[in-house]
Amino acid sequence: MSQTNRIKGGLVDRSQTLKFTFNGKSMQGHPGDTLASALLANGQKLVGRSFKYHRPRGIFSAGSYEPNALVELRTGAHQEPNTRATVAELFDGLTANSQNHRGPLEFDVMSGVDLLAPFLSAGFYYKTFMWPKAFWEKIYEPFIRMSAGLGSLSMQEDPDVYDKGFLHCDLLVIGAGPAGLSAALAAGRSGAKIILADEDFLFGGQLNAETYAVDGMAGSGWAAQAVAELAAMDNVRLMNRTTIYGAYDHGIFGALERCTDHLPTSGGKPRQILWKIYSKRSLLTAGATERPIAFGNNDRPGVMLAGAVRTYANRYGVAPGKRVAVFTNNDDGWRTATDLADKGIEIAAVIDSRDGTPRASIHGANMVMGGRIVDTAGRKGLKSLTLSNGQVIKADCLAVSGGWNPNVHLTCHQRGRPNWNDDLSAFVPGDDLPVGMSVAGAANGTLALGAALKDGRDRANEIVKDLGFKASRKAAPKAEDEAYKGAPFWHVGESRKRAWVDLQNDVTVKDIKQSHAEGFRSVEHLKRYTTLGMATDQGKTSNIPALAIMAECTGKTIPQTGTTIFRPPYTPIPMGALAGRARGKNFRPTRLTPSHIWAKENGATFVEVGNWMRAQWFARPGEKGWRDSVDREVEMTRASVGICDVTTLGKIDIQGKDAAEFLNHIYTNAFLKLPVGKVRYGLMLREDGIAYDDGTVARLGENHYVMTTTTANAVLVFRRLEFARQCLWPGLDVHLISTTDGWAQFAVAGSNSRSLLSKIVDDGFDLSNEAFPFMACAELTVCAGTPARLFRISFSGEMAFEIAVPARFGNAMMGVLMQAGEEFDAVPYGTEALGVMRIEKGHAAGNELNGQTTAVNLGLGGFVSQKKDCIGKTLSERPDLNRDDAIRLVGFKPVDPAKPLLAGSHFINKGDTANMANDQGWMSSVAFSPIMGHSIGLGFIKQGHERKGEIVRAVNPARGSEVDVEIVSPHFYDPEGGLQRG
Amino acid sequence: MRYSALKILKEGLTGNKGWKPVWREPEPKKEYDVIIIGGGGHGLATAYYLSKVYGVTNVAVLEKGWIGSGNVGRNTTIIRSNYMLPGNQPFYEMSLKLWEGLEQDFNYNAMVSQRSILNLFHSDGQRDAFVRRANAMMLSDAGAELADAAQLRRELPFLDFDNARFPIKGGLYQRRGGTVRHDAVAWGFARGADMNGVDIIQNCEVTGFHIENGVCTGVETNKGPIKANKVASCVAGSSSRVMALAGMRLPIESHVLQAFVTEGLKPTLPGVITFGAGHFYVSQSDKGGLVFGGDIDGYNTYAQCGNLPVVEDVAEGGMAIMPMIGRARLLRSWGGLMDMSMDGSPFIDKTHVEGLFFNGGWCYGGFKATPASGYCYAHLLAKDEPHPNATEMRLDRFISGHIIDEKGQGNQPNLH
Amino acid sequence: MIINHPLLGPRDAAEFVYLGDAALIDRPDPSVADAAEKFHEYGYLRDNPAGEHQELWYHEQGDRSWLVVTRNTLSHEISKVELARDVAVARGRGR
Repeated sequence: MSQTNRIKGGLVDRSQTLKFTFNGKSMQGHPGDTLASALLANGQKLVGRSFKYHRPRGIFSAGSYEPNALVELRTGAHQEPNTRATVAELFDGLTANSQNHRGPLEFDVMSGVDLLAPFLSAGFYYKTFMWPKAFWEKIYEPFIRMSAGLGSLSMQEDPDVYDKGFLHCDLLVIGAGPAGLSAALAAGRSGAKIILADEDFLFGGQLNAETYAVDGMAGSGWAAQAVAELAAMDNVRLMNRTTIYGAYDHGIFGALERCTDHLPTSGGKPRQILWKIYSKRSLLTAGATERPIAFGNNDRPGVMLAGAVRTYANRYGVAPGKRVAVFTNNDDGWRTATDLADKGIEIAAVIDSRDGTPRASIHGANMVMGGRIVDTAGRKGLKSLTLSNGQVIKADCLAVSGGWNPNVHLTCHQRGRPNWNDDLSAFVPGDDLPVGMSVAGAANGTLALGAALKDGRDRANEIVKDLGFKASRKAAPKAEDEAYKGAPFWHVGESRKRAWVDLQNDVTVKDIKQSHAEGFRSVEHLKRYTTLGMATDQGKTSNIPALAIMAECTGKTIPQTGTTIFRPPYTPIPMGALAGRARGKNFRPTRLTPSHIWAKENGATFVEVGNWMRAQWFARPGEKGWRDSVDREVEMTRASVGICDVTTLGKIDIQGKDAAEFLNHIYTNAFLKLPVGKVRYGLMLREDGIAYDDGTVARLGENHYVMTTTTANAVLVFRRLEFARQCLWPGLDVHLISTTDGWAQFAVAGSNSRSLLSKIVDDGFDLSNEAFPFMACAELTVCAGTPARLFRISFSGEMAFEIAVPARFGNAMMGVLMQAGEEFDAVPYGTEALGVMRIEKGHAAGNELNGQTTAVNLGLGGFVSQKKDCIGKTLSERPDLNRDDAIRLVGFKPVDPAKPLLAGSHFINKGDTANMANDQGWMSSVAFSPIMGHSIGLGFIKQGHERKGEIVRAVNPARGSEVDVEIVSPHFYDPEGGLQRG
Repeated sequence: MRYSALKILKEGLTGNKGWKPVWREPEPKKEYDVIIIGGGGHGLATAYYLSKVYGVTNVAVLEKGWIGSGNVGRNTTIIRSNYMLPGNQPFYEMSLKLWEGLEQDFNYNAMVSQRSILNLFHSDGQRDAFVRRANAMMLSDAGAELADAAQLRRELPFLDFDNARFPIKGGLYQRRGGTVRHDAVAWGFARGADMNGVDIIQNCEVTGFHIENGVCTGVETNKGPIKANKVASCVAGSSSRVMALAGMRLPIESHVLQAFVTEGLKPTLPGVITFGAGHFYVSQSDKGGLVFGGDIDGYNTYAQCGNLPVVEDVAEGGMAIMPMIGRARLLRSWGGLMDMSMDGSPFIDKTHVEGLFFNGGWCYGGFKATPASGYCYAHLLAKDEPHPNATEMRLDRFISGHIIDEKGQGNQPNLH
Repeated sequence: MIINHPLLGPRDAAEFVYLGDAALIDRPDPSVADAAEKFHEYGYLRDNPAGEHQELWYHEQGDRSWLVVTRNTLSHEISKVELARDVAVARGRGR
């Protein structure tokens, strides 16, 4: 069997045949087909199962709002669940499988659920599954989850790549149907910069689906000609396969372009591109969507929207049935009958809910005016329908039209509300549109072709004139014009059988009535209670009929009953496209330190520190684990000299004659008297009085300072300094620039640091303790002329220097330092050894400066000058931040030196029960100290400064540990500081 | 009407014609003992516990739109009590315990699903902070469990362990955490409160307060004035607007938080997973959609819609830890107004106006707090003193400096 | 959103970092008797209006200007953008 339902005509390319499989069955189609049109051509009616009742379902529409025909497209890691067959372009080798059934599609084991339907009415699950309590997670919910859901993810990493891009235009035209094409032509001729986007692969919209003529030629031919003219304009960008999915603030639109979805493989190209379009103005010409009528068993395969039926016949050359009936409440439905009849398809009947005379004469067709369908038959495909008068009509396809809804979705993305239009019985765009947006054509309720063409042109001309372009005088294209005529008719009340409103989520007229009976009458309640409109189609064909039925229940009008507004995206967007290339290792940028290459060549293990990669330790042959390396690095630094790249610390260059006064505002301690050539430690608070950051400030010249910040806060501190400079003290003469990336900086620490550095400084720069004491700084040259800065500061507690050279010399500098240090057995050390030494020395770092601790907590109260104001001072004086029992940063050592300490342990007094009521504080940082020969810790404990020598419990149930610890000074190593001064 | 399997069976056999409204639609009376402004989760829970636990039944809940239209109707449905600070932990643990017995208590299946919550960590420093938190939870009997990367690899093989920019070092589980069918919470509380005699009045907007000599005696509404002994505001993102009617400025900013759901999928994720090196948290609903969110947009707003940068940031976070979701499609996004407080923690307190009470500042963590918030607010309203588990949630705590800042971000609401 | 930078022209809001109410410019005088109360109001209480809002944005991915943006919190419409330094000076801030 191959393409038994293919008929003449249409826009598919019959010169080529494409092979594809559906549920493993081989089928054929042509370029220009969608999967849906090809399935219909091959006579495949049953394509899926509904969400709740697992009812057999066929193709319902010919658009992106398809509720039924969802498939898993492609295989393996490329498997793409819930793909609408109605928009999936056919390609050679396409593989599709139906979803949401157990066992074969034809014999879904789960279809038995349908028999239980009386007990599964709206919201049934809120009223049961509560007993016994434990059964919810163990029995009920797993079963519900297994039966719910639709398609499956492959659970493998998405193998495709996605790009992002930015576009700018004067006018974005959304939708390339008659109004959109006409608008783009007019606007394009004015010279304005235009983007015309359409979700379809073929421009033309409804022109391709209808038999109307435009300017004397076939509508599709006119569309092709218009596209050719637009393509020749340099100021027009044509974007087919592109969905404008969201309208955001200030004229920004989100767009998804599908670049390779229509090809067998992406061939390494981006599968899709997520565009951000910056438009001065936009014109929504998104057309309209047909809605169905609800009646008994209206969900069978073969029951379709009337417009879709003629789309398949006219555009795709496919007969959706051998014997077609039409059920309509408007004249447009009749076009389906006449178009199909013209193509030689047998029309069984036209049933019009309106009284009066038939709108057309169709040979052999049963004309039923004032007719109602109450039921249908045919389990896996429509066989017949039954009218309210008992008449049974045989048909294998039923085309249903309940009128048309303008596609107002994007007009609502900025919370705009549409207005009800009685003539159309539909919502049309409201008054509060997104900034810069106009609407034309069917989307604006102008459903007739000729009027839509004119509307598009006129709106476009108005817009380009507004924007200062000269509008083209060319007349709008002409077309036969038939005003929309219909009478609202939403559902067949006489139906005793279930009548579906939301096909995918299996919401029926009865469910809506029950929702009303139970008080869920607001539209939002209705949706949430029944799940109506919550499916993958977001209720594009079901919301309005449901609203009408609710209005009937409440006795109110539809607009009184309410409307649901639409939110982005217009159609669903793959997560991969939204993320673009920011995934895997490219999730965030990677910053490398200047000596990264040296470190890599010398065995460094790297660790992520914010966006930086820093050397964590440098393993040497024979070392069994990271502890061996770190212990060695600490021991050798303390015994001789070690070198560490500390470039990642923030560096801010501060200049101006008021720089000192500025720093005085920023830091808690005084800076007015810092001499040139000296460095001072500084503590910053947030304005709420909590400790924020610490670092050093070196005064290099009369009006020149260099500040360092912690690595984590480098960007944030700079931001705050700019705030203080521009907003708080704009009268100060002070200027800031971040030089974090400009200077490579190395700590050279240990008793031999001076000897090492003396080998590389130029002109016998005097490094003696007298000439360059602790906390001195200088600008100098090294290695015969390389500019450098030298700071005598110490984080390790050793005699130490930090030397900075322009970043481009950083990698070489690391080599030079190591070479000069060879005679001293100099070692490079990483962040772990750095951390061990700072804990040994009792310095606070990120774990202590965690945004919750005050200067008092940190034992840095003495750094808050009482003689001046600074940011955070006033609020730091609040009583609850200065309680007598406040936590204090102290040191901890295990009573049994063999026991390791663990960060995150909580302190409990001896004899107290371990619970939060007795919580005394927590261990913030721990390390094994190779110098002390045991584990040491820093932590916060209530009144810690007065409790030295006390033994408390460090409990850590999360890691299964409890250790008795002694409260000690946080300064484990050289508490008097003689070494760093020496 | 009591709900049960039997009732469903009976109704099913008789055409589902016997179902009655879940709540009445009364007109407001002239006077109530307590008026609760705001028919969201917290307001309805307050009414429920007031009427059930404290016996105060002459209560009205005034809702300007439809009940549950606030953040209880638009959130990512997560419940947990993985808090650390003494001002928070007992309160959220109380809430989780109430969740655990809620459905049987109010005879409504809100699908409380203790599927677990997992907070991933990606650095040693983050691990240390999580261990501290885990211990605080365990010392409060809230339960916590640390998992290393090897364990997570076994349990969640779809996470990116081998190619991540910020490798997963482990995670903190709270197995009792999970998700709840959010709308059903509002409906369940509404139904329970209504059955106890509470009047739930929809489409009733408060337009002013009646305050005489520093005493609040009632409210003005679009349905006329209503008197009350006590008036309790419970309006989340609208807090500043409503309390401004009483002349108050609050330590709150309103921000938009976007949330997202994908198309339905067969079972994909076992529980709630949160990313530690970016903004992304996700779970799967019973219907099959992946429900996820991230950071707030970050600027003051009352528009319930957000912008693209955050959407992209959230998707990037998702793809960073679980790149298998690339072909899942984002179906719907929505925006809720968050009452972002100055330290990230809420307020349940009296105000300087006698008879006027305030509940707000929930940031984007209000959903999980719903039962305890209602319970503690009811306690305050009934007894004029704070519930023992909410003693620190005071409006004047910034004067004293008793800050409850779990994240350590300080007085900048958009960072919490 | 798009912020029309007074020096650089229209820029995407994603280039900026938001701080909050432009009242944060008005840091109280720490020497006054009721400084504690004033700093509490400054640090913690916000008008949080539904409507026009003057607020601080920092052009971090740009020229590092702090801006005062007048934006409607209901519609997001931006009616005015100024250099925060100019605003601060106009409000009497100096050194």
